Amino acid sequence: MRVVVDLNRCQGYAQCCYAAPEYFEVRGHEILFYDPAPPEAKRSQIERAQQACPVRAIAVEPAGLAEGDEP
Amino acid sequence: MDEQRPGLVVVGASLAGLRGAEALRDSGYDGPLTLVGDEPHQPYDRPPLSKHVLAGELPPEATALPRLTRLRAQWRLGQPAIALDRERRVLRLADGAALPYEKLLIATGARARPWPGAGADLAGIFTIRTLEDARALRSALARRPSRILIVGAGLIGCEAASCCRDLGLPVTLVDPNPTPLARLLGTVIGATLAERMRVSGVDLRPNTKVEALSGEAGQVRRAHLPGGGVLTADLVIVALGATRDTGWLATAGLVADAGGLTCDAACRAMTTVGAPDPDIYAAGDVARWPNPLTGGRPVTVEHWGNAVDQARHAAANMCAPATGQVAYAHLPSFWSSQFGLNIKLAGLTAGADALAVVQGSRASGRFLAVYGRAGRTVAALSFDQARWLPAYADAVAAGAAFPPILGATDQPRIETREPGFTGPRRSADRAAATPETAHA
Repeated sequence: MRVVVDLNRCQGYAQCCYAAPEYFEVRGHEILFYDPAPPEAKRSQIERAQQACPVRAIAVEPAGLAEGDEP
Repeated sequence: MDEQRPGLVVVGASLAGLRGAEALRDSGYDGPLTLVGDEPHQPYDRPPLSKHVLAGELPPEATALPRLTRLRAQWRLGQPAIALDRERRVLRLADGAALPYEKLLIATGARARPWPGAGADLAGIFTIRTLEDARALRSALARRPSRILIVGAGLIGCEAASCCRDLGLPVTLVDPNPTPLARLLGTVIGATLAERMRVSGVDLRPNTKVEALSGEAGQVRRAHLPGGGVLTADLVIVALGATRDTGWLATAGLVADAGGLTCDAACRAMTTVGAPDPDIYAAGDVARWPNPLTGGRPVTVEHWGNAVDQARHAAANMCAPATGQVAYAHLPSFWSSQFGLNIKLAGLTAGADALAVVQGSRASGRFLAVYGRAGRTVAALSFDQARWLPAYADAVAAGAAFPPILGATDQPRIETREPGFTGPRRSADRAAATPETAHA
């Protein structure tokens, strides 16, 4: 699945890191490192991370959205 | 859908093109939609390329951007647009195809400026702009070069230097200015970053210009400085900024050059006869438009956030009647992570005559500073103080008096000084008459 974080919005609250620690990580004081291509099987975890973000910075491709829409 | 209609065409299949195309569907457009891209890849995210992809933490293809709306689009990838015929309303692609359009969104972005001096044909010289650039450079870094030379200490050059040090690779960073990021942030803040770089082991060479590259057996080995100095390097990263991708518009009758495609306030492309083309819009790195937040002077904003916001704005205008065109206002913002620091800026520092640290301290490495120009706050900069930034960004957007927000808890004693901009700011392309903007 595909994920992107708007790092202009991100304030380093790290709530995503609690929800999906394998895929979101804060480095130093406030640098977010995340996996933009986590496994589809982890979707529920990733969506929890998305919902936990207090500044709504995480965008997640809905399941099945791109089917039939690929180049 | 009426497949007989030419429909809407988006030229450029990166962040702005993708978000613009999605916004056309979100605005209710149900007709044919075509996306044209010069690269063979589906839309991907560029910021990780100069960071985690170089560091080997992410494979290049992991950067594919999420789709947020079903596009139902025709894709023409790996096919650069080579010409635009506005009279016939046809776009010409490199494979010879003629693609008719009803309305066009131009989001062709920019390309890395290649090494302009002698030695450009040597192996071992890289730029960082595309996925393939990053893939090639990553492979070369994995072979552990003995000394890397980075030419240009702007954002990309600094991020690349940070990656090289994280990988334990020796790196020399050369820039003609007195500090890194000098043109963007001034030499006062630049000196703070320079100190951090030196602690991290970067061989930083400010006030230094590379004149030529030379090599052996076709492989780069040396950089030549004015006066006969030589730096050795077996890998060179050229980080000299970008030129906007407007060459394909040369005969289109639009106001376009290497500095961008000029638009009106509603993001409609300006024609050489002085009126906007009502059916051609532009967004992202390529678009030069009169931003009301910067005094209405035409500017391009080559940042991620503008690609998203301007593409969505332009798409909404494309779907609106001529009488319903809305002007686009945007507060430029960017982030950069390097040397363990999160650097964020809101606003434009061009022409700033004052700088003050208003939260934290430079000595501690964590601070928020504001830039002023003629008594107004024009930009806010955060070094690891992101949570303070939104309030100061609001002050920038409002054109608040400098310095804004006085009396906040834990605020240091505010001392104002000159930010240390040296000489006239060069536009991103000297050949282009691009005003690098000024606040009102």
